[in-house]
Amino acid sequence: MTAKVVTVTSGKGGVGKTTSVANIAVGLASLGQRVVCIDGDIGLRNLDVVLGLENRIVYDLVDVVEGRCRLRQAMIRDKRLPELYLIPAAQTRDKSAVSPSDMIRLCDELRHECDWILIDSPAGIERGFRNSIAAADQVLVMTNPEVSAVRDADRVIGILDAEEKGPALLVINRIKPAMVKRGDMLSVEDVLDLLAIELIGIVPEDENVIVASNRGTPMAFDNKSKAGQAFHNIASRLMGEVVPFMDVENQGFFQRIFSGRK
Amino acid sequence: MEFLNRVIRRKKSAGSAKERLQLVLIHDRTDLTPSALDALKDELIEVISRYVEIDPTAVSINIAKDGRSQRLVADIPMRNSNRRRVK
Repeated sequence: MTAKVVTVTSGKGGVGKTTSVANIAVGLASLGQRVVCIDGDIGLRNLDVVLGLENRIVYDLVDVVEGRCRLRQAMIRDKRLPELYLIPAAQTRDKSAVSPSDMIRLCDELRHECDWILIDSPAGIERGFRNSIAAADQVLVMTNPEVSAVRDADRVIGILDAEEKGPALLVINRIKPAMVKRGDMLSVEDVLDLLAIELIGIVPEDENVIVASNRGTPMAFDNKSKAGQAFHNIASRLMGEVVPFMDVENQGFFQRIFSGRK
Repeated sequence: MEFLNRVIRRKKSAGSAKERLQLVLIHDRTDLTPSALDALKDELIEVISRYVEIDPTAVSINIAKDGRSQRLVADIPMRNSNRRRVK
């Protein structure tokens, strides 16, 4: 078993990294994969609450790095799926508690125990980001169809290229079809044209994201929401499956009939 | 009229986002400010003028996007030289 390490990052905060990591992880785990999520946002952890595992934390990433526990002890198993685990971030420490080489060491140890390691990177391009991409085999850059998110994504893509972590794959999140239609939101094509990297997912804006985080149950558990479906598609694409992209900009009944996944 | 303007302007917000981003990204990626580009243009004109006669006002230098890489594209129209006409 040799895991692939996938890091989700964005530059700008609030574009949906944590939500994506949680949902892609659920997507992969429901395909029978053994998945370990790592919250890379030390001091501002959130993946635990999004996954609904906040009450089960005993040890965290920094405890592992500093040798207070074994790796296995810090892995919280999500009981809703057979093989989904979370290694939470420390909440009372800062990013300097972990170094990029710590992350490489930790992931190397984990690689033999699972199929996927998903790392939720903090926003920004500083230490926490560097830690999160250090061990990555593949980086997903997340953006929203909005000027500041696209600009920051471009900057991150440039850094990833320079660090030889590229080519990154793009996830465009929070697309509002009605706004795109009336010309008030950058379209998927616009964003792809600007950023010029390969696309791995498009996710429509979905109120269920908030409902899901309120409950601590990622949407991907319940395949009915559009966003949940979009994350399942990303998981399948990571597995190497060819899944047609959702036509989020023209959602009509044609879409419902012809969509690859229902 | 005001209403019409507002409607037209509203319609184009995605378009202006894209246009603005195109420029911003070029400068972010190349670290070349508009004033540096102007200086480059002036010096280029100076050097080229030493060899051939050109019309400085017709020279255009732009950064064109080619996927994730940029290229500097210069269009430098030459003036018909007097010598040529004599010949």
